[in-house]
Amino acid sequence: MERFIYADNAATTPVSREVIDAMMPIFETHWGNPSSLHEKGREAKDILDDARERIAKVFNCNSGEIYFTSCGTESDNWAIRGAAMRMKTKGRTHIVTTKIEHHAVLHTCQSLEKEGFEVTYVGVDADGVVDLDELRQVVTEKTALVAVMYANNEVGTIEPIEQIVEIAHAKGALMFTDAVQAVGNIDIDLSKLKVDMLSLSGHKIHAPKGIGMLYIRRGVVINNFVEGGGQERRKRGGTENLPYIVGLAKALEIAKESIGELDKVRAMRDRLIDGLTKIPYSKLNGHRTERLAGNVNVGFEFIEGESLLLWLDIAGICASTGSACSTASLEPSHVLIAMGIPHEKAHGSLRLSISAETTEEDVDYIIENVTSIVKKLRDMSPLWEEVVKKEACVN
Amino acid sequence: MKYSEKVMDHFTNPRNVGEIENADGVGVVGNAKCGDIMKMYLKIDENDVIVDCKFKTFGCGAAIATSSMATELVKGHTVAEALKLTNSAVVEALEGLPPVKVHCSVLAEEAIKTAVADYYNKIGREVDFEIEKSHEE
Repeated sequence: MERFIYADNAATTPVSREVIDAMMPIFETHWGNPSSLHEKGREAKDILDDARERIAKVFNCNSGEIYFTSCGTESDNWAIRGAAMRMKTKGRTHIVTTKIEHHAVLHTCQSLEKEGFEVTYVGVDADGVVDLDELRQVVTEKTALVAVMYANNEVGTIEPIEQIVEIAHAKGALMFTDAVQAVGNIDIDLSKLKVDMLSLSGHKIHAPKGIGMLYIRRGVVINNFVEGGGQERRKRGGTENLPYIVGLAKALEIAKESIGELDKVRAMRDRLIDGLTKIPYSKLNGHRTERLAGNVNVGFEFIEGESLLLWLDIAGICASTGSACSTASLEPSHVLIAMGIPHEKAHGSLRLSISAETTEEDVDYIIENVTSIVKKLRDMSPLWEEVVKKEACVN
Repeated sequence: MKYSEKVMDHFTNPRNVGEIENADGVGVVGNAKCGDIMKMYLKIDENDVIVDCKFKTFGCGAAIATSSMATELVKGHTVAEALKLTNSAVVEALEGLPPVKVHCSVLAEEAIKTAVADYYNKIGREVDFEIEKSHEE
């Protein structure tokens, strides 16, 4: 039988049956525009309000603090640009972020730099943990915003967000966290976690692509990003994507209810890490314990990641790599480089992101296949040839 | 990004992988930092015919497939003919490469030329051709 193992859940997830079932009546029956005054519109408005209330419950926040967007990237763009522009009027023109953020954050910051903002990109340690000492030194009374991701999408490292919030607030700066990878992995209580803004994306948690959310704490005012017809309390224009909003609410509820299942995922993750790092000249990338439940990122020396992915794909395993050759940019992962991993080693990285759907048999199959593919590729690598010759000399 | 069937064929069943002991010409191009290194070995007879050609490559699917195709295209031919091998001939034989992967075919052409230059140096023949070094740091 042909095997198919989807181990790329950090890229996207399949939409769950329950989410589809929750969305279908909106397409079929409750297709009204929530802004319309008539019956069809009122019906849609009630559903929209209900979805917002349910999401507020998931995060233990107020429904008035939730804003729907088209995706995680839009949420990131809005949070950073909106906060920067607002804080500029108070004389704050400095942004602090990190070297390992998603491109939605990095490219927004780079674009603001061109518009006159000063941006500091804080470094990380070898495990991908943000350098808090450096952060303390660079955040000043001029800082408008501190933007640090909750958990990294490539290496899975979970950042000390509570401490970072304190550092930002001590200087009067706003704190934004990109929680696109963290949501569904970590139970986030926004009555306790004092971030000013938090972004998330539906398609990472079994809702469809094309729905995102930005949480903006009550009292925090940022400029608009998408202007339009007064939707989302005049903060984000555009007719609400009601079926997807309902799908997002359902997905977030399921994620919260099933947070206990993550222990099983973590155990499989650890077994994968142990199995894959038994391969000679391999190394785990990212923090061993402060790590997303489903994330495995291992670097294999003397081979290149795209070749590994192609062979895994043939074996029915969907995975991802930080190698340059898998992208159009021809630059290896900026995250691995920021962690001090040299270019030649960054090319040989493999990211597996498993889920509760993954089985113990899948774990065995992945370890077995990665081990044999790495050997096959090393056997044809001129770099491996040198290692073998050196080892022969030593012996 | 999608590879042609021919590329996948040469990636999954690479022709002429390995080393040649006492090769008449060896060429290494590329560097690990950029993510691809090709090493070409040539066995050349007294009539200047490449009787055997083998390779080892560290790199992506396209790097492996272009190396494999290049060995096929020069094997059995004279060194003069091998020097006429262009990267576009390799791309064509592979039924195309994604645009971001064309540099791999350039590397394959350079690897063959570098191996021939090594052969010329060994037998004391003047290297009367130029090799573009696209991956030098």
